Amino acid sequence: MTAPPLTSGTAAVPDAAGHFGRYGGRFVPEALVAALDELDREYRAALADPTFQAEFDRMLREYAGTPSLLYRAERLSAEAGARILLKREDLNHTGAHKVRNVLGQALLTKRMGKPRVIAETGAGQHGVASATAAAYLDLECVVYMGELDTQRQALNVARMRMLGATVIPVTSGSRTLKDAMNEAMRDWVTNVDRTHYLIGTVAGPHPFPAMVREFVRGIGVEARQQCLELTGALPDAVAACVGGGSNALGIFHAFIDDADVRLYGFEAGGEGIETGRHASSITGGSAGVLHGTRTYVLQDADGQTQESHSISAGLDYPGVGPEHAWLNDIGRARYEPVTDAEAMSAFQLLCRTEGIIPAIESAHALAGALRIIPALTAELGREPTIVVNLSGRGDKDMHTAGRYFGLLDERQG
Amino acid sequence: MSERSIAVAFEKARAEERALLVGCMPAGFPTVERSIAAMTAMVESGVDVIELEIPYSDPVMDGPVIQRASDIALAGGVRVADALRVVEAVTATGAPVVIMTYWNPIEQYGVDAFARDLAAAGGTGLITPDLIPEEAAEWLAASDAYGLDRTFLVAPSSTDERLAMTVAHCRGFVYATALMGVTGARERTSEAAPILVGRVREVTDLPVGVGLGVSTGAQAAEVGRYADGVIVGSALVRTVLDAPDEASGLAALRALSTELAEGVRAVRS
Repeated sequence: MTAPPLTSGTAAVPDAAGHFGRYGGRFVPEALVAALDELDREYRAALADPTFQAEFDRMLREYAGTPSLLYRAERLSAEAGARILLKREDLNHTGAHKVRNVLGQALLTKRMGKPRVIAETGAGQHGVASATAAAYLDLECVVYMGELDTQRQALNVARMRMLGATVIPVTSGSRTLKDAMNEAMRDWVTNVDRTHYLIGTVAGPHPFPAMVREFVRGIGVEARQQCLELTGALPDAVAACVGGGSNALGIFHAFIDDADVRLYGFEAGGEGIETGRHASSITGGSAGVLHGTRTYVLQDADGQTQESHSISAGLDYPGVGPEHAWLNDIGRARYEPVTDAEAMSAFQLLCRTEGIIPAIESAHALAGALRIIPALTAELGREPTIVVNLSGRGDKDMHTAGRYFGLLDERQG
Repeated sequence: MSERSIAVAFEKARAEERALLVGCMPAGFPTVERSIAAMTAMVESGVDVIELEIPYSDPVMDGPVIQRASDIALAGGVRVADALRVVEAVTATGAPVVIMTYWNPIEQYGVDAFARDLAAAGGTGLITPDLIPEEAAEWLAASDAYGLDRTFLVAPSSTDERLAMTVAHCRGFVYATALMGVTGARERTSEAAPILVGRVREVTDLPVGVGLGVSTGAQAAEVGRYADGVIVGSALVRTVLDAPDEASGLAALRALSTELAEGVRAVRS
């Protein structure tokens, strides 16, 4: 199978200014507008350029290992009472869907003639992916990471440095992902002439949400075709976890026009929405402006950003991509929270039934899929087919899982 | 021009053949009362206009000094409503007060409600560092309804087309960001700033203020030679941030304000 063409036939949104309904747009310092306009022009030109497409396609196939498998999880399906197909993005190089986005943006950076990329990272996954793409394409790479996160994820800091990146601990604010994003934005304002800001998800100011979607939408294009080949029909539902939302949009997008395919985004419910300790921006937040875009935000009555909480570092973000906000409001996709405990239960189930250790992020998608099976079965009058985006692998989460399930010796825990 | 407009203060400075001095301080830093005392001290020491920043959790245009001051204010529990109280108190000293704010706090307060309450408190208008005119429909309407100034930013990277469009949406004055970067004192002022001010003057008669990087009287004098207003933030905030106690902080704040005020007066002599 060849990789899908980049240009999307269903991109009725966003509009030319990056609005998805009332969401999206640009809420940035004027100093950045020229760079955003340049980026908008350049990525559109790149998408229309067969040479760029061919090179991106080659990198994805030869370097990242796509198309990823769509795997029929037999034992899990028997256990769950539904036909569950796993989109194995965990098998990509660097172990997650994120490699698609960073390769696309790094290649675009080369095309724009800029020698330097910067990135923000929470747990370090996007930072590692960015450092990887930078090494592969010979770009200077600087990664901003909250000081708290550099301590919690020391191994990923070492991985980034091993790959040649500079990691800068961010000491402002809450010293986590959102502050790393602020600091990256400040770097970008200062060094925009020679620097591309490689944002890790479908958030940020226009054109980032639309551009990142274009680079990751191959997930859904592949899954849709693979599902047809494997089962002779489209799935009844597609499930994905949602932090910023790039893996979810990546798999949703090819199914947007398939009205019978239900789209489910599962947000990090943390300790439960009612506790206030969660990262469910759509379910538990409200419309506001954060990091250059209008979307759902966890915030107080004064519009100050509130801290998010999740056992999964990759979902621990107080905002969400604006297209998800829009898909929620128009009812095309449903968003529900999945608690830490539900996600860890699904994490264990997949390990034991399939011999696959998922990222805790992806375990949220699986937990949500398991939850919707009874209602979906009743509605359809038969066993449903559900495609779950297994967006990443769980090696990085073994310390968390080991502690959660009490698997570590005292001195290791 | 409404009599509340900041343009009145610019005209007064122009009549005195000098540049206007705008001093920035976050509301509620380190407490609401002490921020009022600090701004009052600035006015008494020759600062013409107070730019009051509403503390925000994610201030992407600000460097480390204003970030830290904002964090301290937020940790102390300052609310947007408190900022309006500070506007009222400082306006009573006779100096115009303009608010500088990231957009989300205003959106959550309600754009029309905020404009109404700011006008009632005596504020002149808003400087909006992360709101560009294309996204500002609600604020354009509210500022018209309540007769408030609106200052959008222009930058060295702004194209001629964008610069003209942005300036056309400004009222009161135009804020020229002197360099590509965030707030914070710099040893040298920007070479890009006079060029940018010249470009703004080609498309408007509105006064032009220059901000980002000014920290000394000499720099204020230098910027005041080509700009109508000299905007100083981080250097003033730092005097309070670094002081061991309130009294010495206020003394340092007064001293720097006086030096800057002399700087903008030394301009054309």
